[in-house]
Amino acid sequence: VDENQSFRFSQWEEDPDVASAVAAIRSLLEFLKRDQSETILGLRENMTKAIQRLEETDSSVAVSSGGELFLRFISLTSLEHPDLSQCKNVMIERGELFLKKISLSRGKVGKLCHTFIKDGAKILTHSSSRVVLKVLENAAADNKRFTVYVTESQPDSAGKLMAQKLHNLNIPVTVVLDAAVGYIMEKVDLVIVGAEGVVESGGVINKIGTYQMAVCSKAHNKPFYVVAESFKFVRLYPLNQQDVPDRFKYKADILKTVKDLNQEHPMIDYTPPSLITLLFTDLGVLTPSAVSDELIKLYL
Amino acid sequence: MGDRLTTSTLLVTEEDEKKHEIIRAKGEGKELTKEEKQRLRKEKKQHKKNKKDDRGPPEKEKEKEKASVPAPSKPATQSPAHKAAPVPVNASASESPVAAEKPAKSKAELRAERRARQDSERASKQGKKEGGQQSTSSKPKATPNELQPVVKRLPDHVQVDDPVALKKLAKKLERQQKSGQGCSLNITGVKVPLRSDYGYKVSLFSHLHQYSRKNPPTQQISIPVTVIHPSIVRLGLQYSQGIIAGSNARSVALLHAFKQVIQDYSTPPNEELSRDLVNKLSPYISFLSQCRPLSASMGNAIKYIKKEISNIPSQCKEEEAKRILQECIDSYINEKIILASEAISKYAIEKISDGDVILVYGCSSLVNHILCEAFEKQRKFRVIVVDSRPRLEGREALRRLVKKGIRCTYVLISALSYILPEVSKVFLGAHALLANGYVMSRVGTSQIALVAKAYNVPVLVCCETYKFCERVQTDSFVSNELDDPDDLIVTRNGKTHLENWQTVKSLGLLNLVYDVTPPDFVDLVITDLGMIPCTSVPVVLRVKNVDQ
Repeated sequence: VDENQSFRFSQWEEDPDVASAVAAIRSLLEFLKRDQSETILGLRENMTKAIQRLEETDSSVAVSSGGELFLRFISLTSLEHPDLSQCKNVMIERGELFLKKISLSRGKVGKLCHTFIKDGAKILTHSSSRVVLKVLENAAADNKRFTVYVTESQPDSAGKLMAQKLHNLNIPVTVVLDAAVGYIMEKVDLVIVGAEGVVESGGVINKIGTYQMAVCSKAHNKPFYVVAESFKFVRLYPLNQQDVPDRFKYKADILKTVKDLNQEHPMIDYTPPSLITLLFTDLGVLTPSAVSDELIKLYL
Repeated sequence: MGDRLTTSTLLVTEEDEKKHEIIRAKGEGKELTKEEKQRLRKEKKQHKKNKKDDRGPPEKEKEKEKASVPAPSKPATQSPAHKAAPVPVNASASESPVAAEKPAKSKAELRAERRARQDSERASKQGKKEGGQQSTSSKPKATPNELQPVVKRLPDHVQVDDPVALKKLAKKLERQQKSGQGCSLNITGVKVPLRSDYGYKVSLFSHLHQYSRKNPPTQQISIPVTVIHPSIVRLGLQYSQGIIAGSNARSVALLHAFKQVIQDYSTPPNEELSRDLVNKLSPYISFLSQCRPLSASMGNAIKYIKKEISNIPSQCKEEEAKRILQECIDSYINEKIILASEAISKYAIEKISDGDVILVYGCSSLVNHILCEAFEKQRKFRVIVVDSRPRLEGREALRRLVKKGIRCTYVLISALSYILPEVSKVFLGAHALLANGYVMSRVGTSQIALVAKAYNVPVLVCCETYKFCERVQTDSFVSNELDDPDDLIVTRNGKTHLENWQTVKSLGLLNLVYDVTPPDFVDLVITDLGMIPCTSVPVVLRVKNVDQ
């Protein structure tokens, strides 16, 4: 399992463009190739342990959803082929196919969403999201003129990184304070954010500050769009902010060291589906109530 | 209104054969093939042309209504672009032949014609763009002709204010007695009794039955009762007197009574068990619905039993068949009710955290089970039980929870907004979940959901999947149940003010049983399939139908 960790980190290091869930699935696939267990049950147990280890290193929702998808995908394959060695070969083959498919998903989302950006639009986005960057890249390549406002997104100032990347694409960008979202909302035409996880109710889990932005945009009647790949769909159903499990809210190292989590700042928040206008995924453009439909198809 | 009904029955009787053909094809589980559909369409067009002379303005209006209403409900077969186009195009097509015969047109018809013309122009432009004008012309033929066989008649139990419907119901009950008699002795006057309504009904609900508990349905049955099995008579009395209440309890009691019926059943000579038993059950079901209107869960259970009975192979011996049916019923109760409640408790317990204050309403067997399980799993929470007159079911829930050792508070529903700021979650049971995501439950539930929404308290509905029904309802008026109005009379200190309420002409007592909650007020539905949002109920229905 230790070599698994090193594999994952090396992959992550080599390509900052890869989503954390994709890196997790890739390392799980490598682990599967090297696994020595004799039975399918043993294989599944090892997989579960590996996923737990991965979650310990990076506690984001995306890793957990990617791991769960992979596990479920393995269980389904094992039902069809009871013989272990044959099963493994089929799993590895399908795993590679799955990985190839989801690496292309960001491109699909970008193609879907950029048509919703009109010429002369003013867009507000939150923190740094690679999918949103792809969407804006596609729109710029389409010769559309638009300006972007990015929130600073403390405590890690990820918004400034996003602004830098947009600047490199020659898109006019302004960085605003997190507290200035209400102030800037009347100027913008639409809000686009990424997601770390899409939950069963159709809501999203994203960097802290997203919920605020959604409430503001609802009050100003501005469309609130979420762009996410389908492997981020996760089988959670939070009822409110408190209901999101603690292991997602805080970084992995903080969970291990700190005793009283009430003193810590959460890294993510939950945006309920009533505030979201549309979700752009590689499965298509969905309304929040259609997400549950897709999840039922994926998981049942 | 009366005219419309008669013309609709006219249409229906004349289209009966076509309807039966389609119903038969659908019943066999085959989708009508394209050729069959086209053939049916052509025949209907011919039929329509022959009936052109009988057409009057009310029918035209009705057709336009029908055309506008079912068209949006067929999105699967038609692309959205065509949805708007075919309906007005058809309206113009149907209007032009009629218009030629009736030169005097009313203003509404002129306006409709103008609108239809504009829409048809728009449609033809769209059709050119889509690159297939023949597709637009074929689709309009599809909608009106496919509408006719799907004429839905209102169920009898919501047509109490229509004397024609009542007469038909009485005849149906008599007919059932005749078919059940068969080779029994010559006994006259034994029939499934038609219960008469009691007291003045509030005009909004005059289409529903209102019975009195003091006139049980068994008064009109003479002894010996050969048509109705005694366990069914007992069940019916228990329903009508309110001894068995709650949708799970009613369904389980119904299934046990059916088990007894099947046990005592013997196939008459020259009859097949699979067909005769279903016919035998029909008067029982009519009797039970006279005692108390059937619930959605009972309806689904009956559908299941009838399907199982008709699936019995004909060469099966009687003992074998009876054994199979008993096992089917047992497994249905076990899977759909008992195991389902275990699964639901498992999911629900994840949602109960320590320090929670949970609000429950009335007495739902499922919610009580969940709370007892959570208490056993050492969760720390307290419960607020909300109750309402006249049934005061909350007292039963309170008794069960306190017996377990859970800390409870008891309030009446009028104190709801006072107590709600303390509450962290609301757990509600359901009588049925409708196909458009609405929750049908005990009256007062929608009030609780509404106030909880206003205070931003999450509302969770717990419901087994066998209570999901294909009906669609958006308000609590169209289909409901009226309980005995005398229940609302209260005696305090020996004084009863409402004792002679019947003598006051302008006074009506309304005792509603159910109400309907829209899905916007419900945050989560916990079923045995998992946790789903309220809007995903039709998805579950679709998945279930695929499984069957």
